[in-house]
Amino acid sequence: MPGRTHVAARINGEQTDFLCEPWQSLLEVLRDELDLTGAKEGCNNGNCGGCNVILNGALVNSCCVLGVEVDGAEILTIEGVAQGDHLHPLQRSFLENAALQCGICTPGFIVAAKALLDSEPEADEARIRHWLAGNLCRCTGYDKIVRAVLDAADEMRRAPAAAT
Amino acid sequence: MQDFGYVAPTSLDDAVAVLAKHGESARVLAGGTDIIIQTREGRRSVEMLVDVKSIRETTELTLASDGSLRVGAAVPCARIYSDADIARRFPALIDSSALIGGIQIQSRASLGGNLCNSSPAADTIPTLIALGAVCEIAGPSGRRTIPVEEFCTAPGQNVLKPGELLVALNIPAPAPHSGAAFERFIPRNEMDIAVCNAAASVTLSDDGGTIKLARIAVGAVAPTPLFVKAAGDALAGKPASDSSIDAAAQAATDAARPITDMRGSAGQRKHLAGVLTRRVINTAIARAKGA
Repeated sequence: MPGRTHVAARINGEQTDFLCEPWQSLLEVLRDELDLTGAKEGCNNGNCGGCNVILNGALVNSCCVLGVEVDGAEILTIEGVAQGDHLHPLQRSFLENAALQCGICTPGFIVAAKALLDSEPEADEARIRHWLAGNLCRCTGYDKIVRAVLDAADEMRRAPAAAT
Repeated sequence: MQDFGYVAPTSLDDAVAVLAKHGESARVLAGGTDIIIQTREGRRSVEMLVDVKSIRETTELTLASDGSLRVGAAVPCARIYSDADIARRFPALIDSSALIGGIQIQSRASLGGNLCNSSPAADTIPTLIALGAVCEIAGPSGRRTIPVEEFCTAPGQNVLKPGELLVALNIPAPAPHSGAAFERFIPRNEMDIAVCNAAASVTLSDDGGTIKLARIAVGAVAPTPLFVKAAGDALAGKPASDSSIDAAAQAATDAARPITDMRGSAGQRKHLAGVLTRRVINTAIARAKGA
């Protein structure tokens, strides 16, 4: 079988080149080749959302994408959500609302919520709960997570510039 | 994960050539939400994954001027339900494509992939059957078409031969005064595999009083999604009344031959086939009336 393939993608705004085997998932590439360990391997089968990234504008499970598929793609991972030391409103809101316990699911929830609020700033609680159905929190802290997203959405609507 | 090769051909001819060369050990990759996981878990033996997302015909979504819809086999669900024109004309397709997995899955998963995975519980197949979709298949001996209800042959099995791939699904234009709907029963709100599902498409007479035609399909109650012709026949030419709808629901229950497994018992599934059939017919009628 053919060996490692050269792939070039923009990851968190930076042109990134890597070599990967055809069978490596994007999640494995991010974590094992690029040292971007924010995306987590939970179920590794598309159920838990812990590995969520935004691929060409769409929220995906990076465990269900092959590394070789992302040549030429634009990818945002949890590492690209903050601007330097300046946390994204969602990140601040998760802290202020204590919307995490063990924290394993948190990167996936924040990336998923960002994908929602970027496209639907007016999302209400029902929409947020529906959107986040593909993210599992086994500490079952869902209520605080939803409140954190609602608070962040409110802040982002009031001060859109801070949310970019 | 098992070692395999990866190619992303840019034409159907190239895709067919590489699929034919590798035979049974080649698999098509569209959204990857089934095949990548099955390959990782050793449930499918794969030596070559053929990514069809660089091919024009498999990635086009075209609403034709005659009102028919051509869905490239690799078009993701999110692209279908994000299209306002398609959502308005084909609401049953939106019922199905908006409830497969979560948002993350819908970004990638395709109708073609759902069909080719050929699960008895697939959530888009009953809708495609009710809508009268036709599969367009390319292979070493050229193109062929087949009605979607004849595509699946057993759990995980279908009519595709080595070297063949599904190119697109062609869905006829909805007739005047017609409507369609899909429903699924799961014990959760989201993110689950159907215990049972059902879809209906009905065409009413001009005055809305009589059902001219109906197509009913149910899923997760047999080795393949079932086209229940008897249920449609029970409605054709009848008034849209409780008694005709009950007869169609009974036909769906009678056609169901489910198994008992961790998701539900055979008895529950037969019951659900009737309940869901009644509901989707009522919704389809309401939609046909523009309600």
